Amino acid sequence: MKAPNWKEIPPGGVIAKGGTAFQYATGDWRNSRPIHDLELCINCLRCWVYCPDASIKVKDGKVVGIDYDHCKGCGICSKECPTNPKAIKMFNETDFGESHPSEF
Amino acid sequence: MITQDKLKAEDFVARTGNEAVAEAMRQINPDVVAAYPITPATEIVQIFSGFLADGLVDTEFITVESEHSAMSACIGASAAGARVMTATSSQGLSLMAEVLYIASGLRCPIVLAEVNRALSAPINIHCDHSDTMAVRDSGWIQIYAENAQEAYDNLIQAVRIAEDQEVKLPVMVCMDGFIISHGLEVVRLLKDVQVQRFVGPNKPAYSLLDVEYPITVGALDFTDFYFEHRRQIAEAMEKAKTVICKVGEEFGVEFGRSYGFFEGYKMEDAEYGVIAMGSTAGTAKVAVDELRKKGMRAGLLKLRVFRPFPVTELINATKGLKAMAVLDRADTLSTNGGPLFQEVCTALYAEDHRPKINNYIYGLGGRDITPFDLEKVYQELPKLAAGEEKAKPRYLGVRE
Ligand code: SF4
Ligand code: SF4
Repeated sequence: MKAPNWKEIPPGGVIAKGGTAFQYATGDWRNSRPIHDLELCINCLRCWVYCPDASIKVKDGKVVGIDYDHCKGCGICSKECPTNPKAIKMFNETDFGESHPSEF
Repeated sequence: MITQDKLKAEDFVARTGNEAVAEAMRQINPDVVAAYPITPATEIVQIFSGFLADGLVDTEFITVESEHSAMSACIGASAAGARVMTATSSQGLSLMAEVLYIASGLRCPIVLAEVNRALSAPINIHCDHSDTMAVRDSGWIQIYAENAQEAYDNLIQAVRIAEDQEVKLPVMVCMDGFIISHGLEVVRLLKDVQVQRFVGPNKPAYSLLDVEYPITVGALDFTDFYFEHRRQIAEAMEKAKTVICKVGEEFGVEFGRSYGFFEGYKMEDAEYGVIAMGSTAGTAKVAVDELRKKGMRAGLLKLRVFRPFPVTELINATKGLKAMAVLDRADTLSTNGGPLFQEVCTALYAEDHRPKINNYIYGLGGRDITPFDLEKVYQELPKLAAGEEKAKPRYLGVRE
């Protein structure tokens, strides 16, 4: 598809619809990866509340995984997780080699 | 034009430039004013906050901790769809500089009352144009006033220009620090209803606060789109030329004072001209009258709009001149003349018939310029035209 020219785009770079950040993957510069353990999780949703990037995936009140396309690896979810041992643990991205989280 | 018998004595009031501009702001009644005003613009916002305290305006007034924050708050409010104004000067404008680019880049039609004065160092609070010239490429429209009346009129027109659908760019309404901002002059104010009718309602295309239609403002714009968005701003500046003239003419039809890019004073048959901005134009008119008595065909071209720069109109306005002097109340310190000189030379370079052009940098830090100084400038011009003198930037009024 040919990219639009300057006459065809909204002025000032306004994106005239909502939720578009979802379409733009920004998780590729993460250097720590949170791994969620369904067994240990008590579904308190603290991680969901605290995640600054809305990257905790929740369905029917239960944590079902992490959105690695947007997670920046800040570790706040793991820090706030109240279980012992923690239901979210952080791992170095290099531990996973070249593999993308979606293949994991 | 309004005829003399229609004018009543009570239409005329004594106002400083700052008072006149604050009065225009009251009459415009903007939705939001965010300011951290600096001398000598302080008074504008101070007077305006008085209007607010007296319940004369409905404005949301945001006091912030710096000019950087003032412009940032203005942008947020403008993106939300509000009609927004602020005022500043000198160092305050410099502190805003980073955010000025964001205001124009996001196409926020903010109106800024700017009181021109020198930049430090050395510390000086008096008039020159260094502050606005430093941000001349920030994507803001710049309109300069000769006196308090024009500052008042320009501010009212600025709202219409900024908010025009074809423009959507912020406008800086500039007046000379102290000379205009604090000088008491006779000003003819409009009635509140006339101003309200002239500016009309603000019609923003989007609002950041509209939850029914969520939008993103200020998203990342990489190699794939940034260039296109900058190109759009250049186009908006081009379109602004038509809008500035249209609004200026309409103002004339309504209120008897029309405005364009220039005011030509005795330019019709002039051989020798001066081009100047701001209050100096008034001084130059006195010099022109004196020189006319002495037989010189002198004229003055007062430039009102510096951004966008009226290239075609300048070419036409200077066609008949043999020589002209460009007066700059700022220096680029490039050793290649002042900012107006550079613009004028660039605009005229491609013309086969153009006047010889000289440059005088004058009045820095509020140094007075007199009709006598300006007569001397005119008297140099025949020598320049005859080729007896080489054009080079020079300093007028500095102790050599
Ligand atoms: S690491 Fe940070 S960004 Fe990623 S899911 Fe946890 S809190 Fe969210
Ligand atoms: S904070 Fe820990 S226990 Fe609570 S929902 Fe998140 S992962 Fe589960």
